[in-house]
Amino acid sequence: MESFLATCIVAATPLIFATVGEIITEKAGVLNLGVEGMMLMGAVIGFMAGLTTESPYAALLGALAAGAGGALIFAVLTVTLRANQTVVGLTLTIFGTGFASFVGQPMLGSMVPETVGSFFAKRSIPLLGDIPFIGPVFFRQDIFVYIAYLIVVIAAVYLFKTRIGLNLRAVGESASSADASGINVEFYKYVHILLGGALCGLGGAYLALVRVPIWQADVVNGRGWIAVALVIFASWNPVKALFGAILFGGLSILGLRLQAMGFSVSQYLVDMIPYLATIVIVILSSHKKGRENQPPADLSNPYFREER
Amino acid sequence: MNFLRLAKRDDLPREKEWIIRIAAVLLSLVFAGLILIIFGLHPLEIFRTIIEGAVGSEMRIKQTIIKAVPLIITSLGILVAFRMKFWNIGGEGQIMMGAFAASYVALFLPEMPKALTLLAMAAAAMVGGGIWAFIPAIFKAKMGTNETIFTLMMNYVAIKFVTYLQYQAWMDPAAKGFPKIAPFPERALLPHVFGVHAGWIIAILCVSFVYFFMNYTKKGYEIAVVGESVETARYAGMNINRIIIISMIISGGLCGLAGMIQSAAVEKTLSVGISGGYGFTAIITAWLGRLNAIVVFFVCIIFAMLIQGGAYIQIALNVPSAVADVVQGIILFFVIGSEFFLQYRVLPGQRLQRSGKEAA
Amino acid sequence: MQEQIAIEMKGISKSFGALKANEDVNLSVMAGEVHALLGENGAGKSTLMNMLSGIYQPDKGEIFVFGEKATFASPKESIKKGIGMIHQHFKLIDVLNAKENIIIGQPSSLFLKEKALSQNVREISDQYGLDVDPEKKVYDMSVGEKQTLEIVKVLYRGARILIMDEPTAVLTPQEIKKLFQIIRNMKEQGCAVVIITHKLNEVMEISDRITILRKGRSIGTVATSEVEVPTLIEMMVGKKVDLDIHKEKYAGNRPLLAMDSVTVKDREGKSALEDVSFTLSNYEILGVAGVANSGQKELCEAIAGLVPSTKGRIFFEGDNIVGKTPRDIIRLGIRMGFIPEDRLGMGLVGSMDIIHNIVLKDYQNQPGILLKRGPSAVKAKKIVESLDIQTPSIYTPVRKLSGGNIQKVLLGREIDSNPKVLITAYPVRGLDIGASYKIYELLNAQKAAGVGVLFVGEDLDVLMDLCDRIMVLCHGKVTGIVDPNNVTKEEIGLLMTGSSRIEEEVSAQ
Repeated sequence: MESFLATCIVAATPLIFATVGEIITEKAGVLNLGVEGMMLMGAVIGFMAGLTTESPYAALLGALAAGAGGALIFAVLTVTLRANQTVVGLTLTIFGTGFASFVGQPMLGSMVPETVGSFFAKRSIPLLGDIPFIGPVFFRQDIFVYIAYLIVVIAAVYLFKTRIGLNLRAVGESASSADASGINVEFYKYVHILLGGALCGLGGAYLALVRVPIWQADVVNGRGWIAVALVIFASWNPVKALFGAILFGGLSILGLRLQAMGFSVSQYLVDMIPYLATIVIVILSSHKKGRENQPPADLSNPYFREER
Repeated sequence: MNFLRLAKRDDLPREKEWIIRIAAVLLSLVFAGLILIIFGLHPLEIFRTIIEGAVGSEMRIKQTIIKAVPLIITSLGILVAFRMKFWNIGGEGQIMMGAFAASYVALFLPEMPKALTLLAMAAAAMVGGGIWAFIPAIFKAKMGTNETIFTLMMNYVAIKFVTYLQYQAWMDPAAKGFPKIAPFPERALLPHVFGVHAGWIIAILCVSFVYFFMNYTKKGYEIAVVGESVETARYAGMNINRIIIISMIISGGLCGLAGMIQSAAVEKTLSVGISGGYGFTAIITAWLGRLNAIVVFFVCIIFAMLIQGGAYIQIALNVPSAVADVVQGIILFFVIGSEFFLQYRVLPGQRLQRSGKEAA
Repeated sequence: MQEQIAIEMKGISKSFGALKANEDVNLSVMAGEVHALLGENGAGKSTLMNMLSGIYQPDKGEIFVFGEKATFASPKESIKKGIGMIHQHFKLIDVLNAKENIIIGQPSSLFLKEKALSQNVREISDQYGLDVDPEKKVYDMSVGEKQTLEIVKVLYRGARILIMDEPTAVLTPQEIKKLFQIIRNMKEQGCAVVIITHKLNEVMEISDRITILRKGRSIGTVATSEVEVPTLIEMMVGKKVDLDIHKEKYAGNRPLLAMDSVTVKDREGKSALEDVSFTLSNYEILGVAGVANSGQKELCEAIAGLVPSTKGRIFFEGDNIVGKTPRDIIRLGIRMGFIPEDRLGMGLVGSMDIIHNIVLKDYQNQPGILLKRGPSAVKAKKIVESLDIQTPSIYTPVRKLSGGNIQKVLLGREIDSNPKVLITAYPVRGLDIGASYKIYELLNAQKAAGVGVLFVGEDLDVLMDLCDRIMVLCHGKVTGIVDPNNVTKEEIGLLMTGSSRIEEEVSAQ
């Protein structure tokens, strides 16, 4: 049971990065459907950086930059050039998929170099890792996982306890009100779109560098989309996102678990579970009432100052 | 941007609109060319080869048409949904389920004459795709459920389902362990007309149907009104749920039909690769075609040329076909971005000014 | 008191495409005075003030704040210079509470210091005699409270110059009194207050000086004590205008529409309308008055079949139509016209032309699956001509038309169907005086032809001049149905806030 839960955390980690990243973007009032694309871009560039330089730091930086780069294209098109967010997000996903396939072609089948791989090996946190049950599940993981925990905490504090977080939420709820209060709406949107993209890139890099340390083009395999759904499930709250991601992580490895336990379940039907579960939460979310669970009121509305 | 002035255009003459769009495409090609150079490829050679690969020989033209057919029909399906602002991202899944339904008729129903078989397959495919689109539609209608994610997830469910069939339930014993489904019998294959499978006739019929439907029927009008403003549709007494459902059944039905054609004429069986990304590309082509059936037709032909050309450069130049995806993406970004310049004029000037049409 | 010039605007011009919103406008406002910016809808008042608040930048001209030349590239810079703008549509974040709304965009500590903030807010409120609960969420606030919050917000940022855009549009007469008192307080504290308005009586009551704008130009500045209303009107409109609404009395002989104890619940289960009963006869105009969101929208929509009634009956010429959808109503041939408040969002399809907007009402009764545009095109031409609608052609998308013309399209379509009952919600909102009075004429013509008109309005003076009876709503309940000849504006104001009720209904003659 312990090992199953520990693996749940591992499966949850890329979802945590992508979901928290997209929460930040959506809190700014921007709906970026290019999560899958940005994760792939982060994955391929992160892998390539790690492969060529054999430095784990370069790999992480590369992934951050690539995710942010994809997000930058999105930001320029939707914030400055006022294009439709849904179409641009989808295009980003298609572009990101093609980009990862194209750039990753020469690396097909390559393995992550030793220096990088060992950096991301599991380490136990002293004291915390020894707590019975909780220790091995949460605190004997690799560094990426610990970063994920930190990101959740930082994001939650940032959004709900800081002045900038309050301004950000104002932008997402009513850009014209935020503008009238003296907030630079465009700047806030740009910064948070890029931040969101960088986190997505990290999520993709985790998959490429740690989870399946051999390059393959479909390394993300729809998780970006599950993250988009998780944002709704988490009611735009990073802490709830953590739990949602763990839940989904578990669902995605449930099939293997059941098989290992002796149930003869068709692999392929079990593969459907995460996606079916996502459908269920999307349906349930549309039922959610209560003011505090609603999306940012100005989500996906472009803001032009004179057309208030 | 404090050194540029923007002024909103009042009314742009048609010619200028097209000039800006074409300029965007050309600019994007230049940009794509630069990217290719960075990766050590010769852009001109690549572009030339893409065009050669698309129309360079009779066989290749046929291949282009074969790729255009499913793209056109799927794009028409997406067009209908998008007109209603229903973001149907589930084209892939609807194609798959249409192919699945058609395959069932082809492989498991008792023998019938060819014409009947094909008709039954087409009907089943449209029902299959229609149902696959109906499910997210009914939830949107009744509960306001987010259709973007729902339709997307339905894609994955459909793909996994067909994987299950191909690798397990319907695996062909005669294929000696190779994961394949049995090939269709002769009566389930589309005949050839002028050297290409009859799908092209179906595609043209679909274009006419959708154009007529959207512009000349009451339902088409209702779909456009619902898309613009649900409140206005209610005010006018429209049965919104019904409209959502009918348009999604048509949308899914068209995608399903594309799936039937792919299975009956190209793959000649059911396989995981049937949808081939057409469901996603169709979104782009439908949008670029400004949701107008005839423009979408031409946009799809151009995209088919790109896809075919992309496949060709893999063989001819040993360059990954994903290059075509990247080029596609870049063209797309530029064209999407160019819409901005249709709305605003950028002038060199002193201070930032944004001018809109609204007065006090 | 030392007369300091707080704001000076010289030769300001601003265009939007081909539209000249402001042309060579001059304005000067003293510290410690209340200055009214008067003009019709579309005269350029809000545009001018938006240049002070940093939302627009002038094409030409200069702005001086307390003697210093100033340019504002963004609202932030304008706030820094001590200018506080209170917009007509409040710029508040619903899901946040009062003190959070006050603090956004302001420099402060990294982490939010809740208690200190509440303290500050209370101090400022007390100083100016305002009443704000720092913890209250905006979505729980009344319109008056929201406005007070906007004022505190602006004062918190150190505003010495307050600009208020149509502040009384959504207030009851009592709240208006309260607001004027607050404005007098500000004046005493040395602030300069600019009020943008088109309401003449308020201008006369509260302002010290008045600057009149007409079609984008500044016509002149006068001292309030030295001018009379007719002169102001002449300056506003450019000619002498008879602003009398002629009211004829007819003997209506049968009820067309009746509501009997109708209750409508909103999405959260609260009563938007509660036990509403009234009768509308032929040959009359029944006005509906009330503070914003008192149930006017639900009243109209319940009759039109757009929202369900949980209780009660609605009679159209004696038949109960409760529970019928708009579709049913059209199919049954019930001739009811409805001009909703939200013109482009509900009444029309903005991206389509006039023809396709007329088809909207007609197509249901056409046989077959094809859409026939022919008859609608004929109607379109007729309506454009008879109502003098300014449009490049009948093929132009209606959203490109000006507000007044959009309203005419709506009105024209509804009237053309020869309704027996005509429901109009805020039909003259955003229209200039000329267009407004045309609409009143059209409504009077309908009344003369026997139509029963339900007129939901916000200007009490117009309601009293135009309507035969006025029904007052408060929190979804009918607090009174009165005869404008026998009642004062203040009494209606009390009914609007629920401070009094009139049980006896004044019935139609």
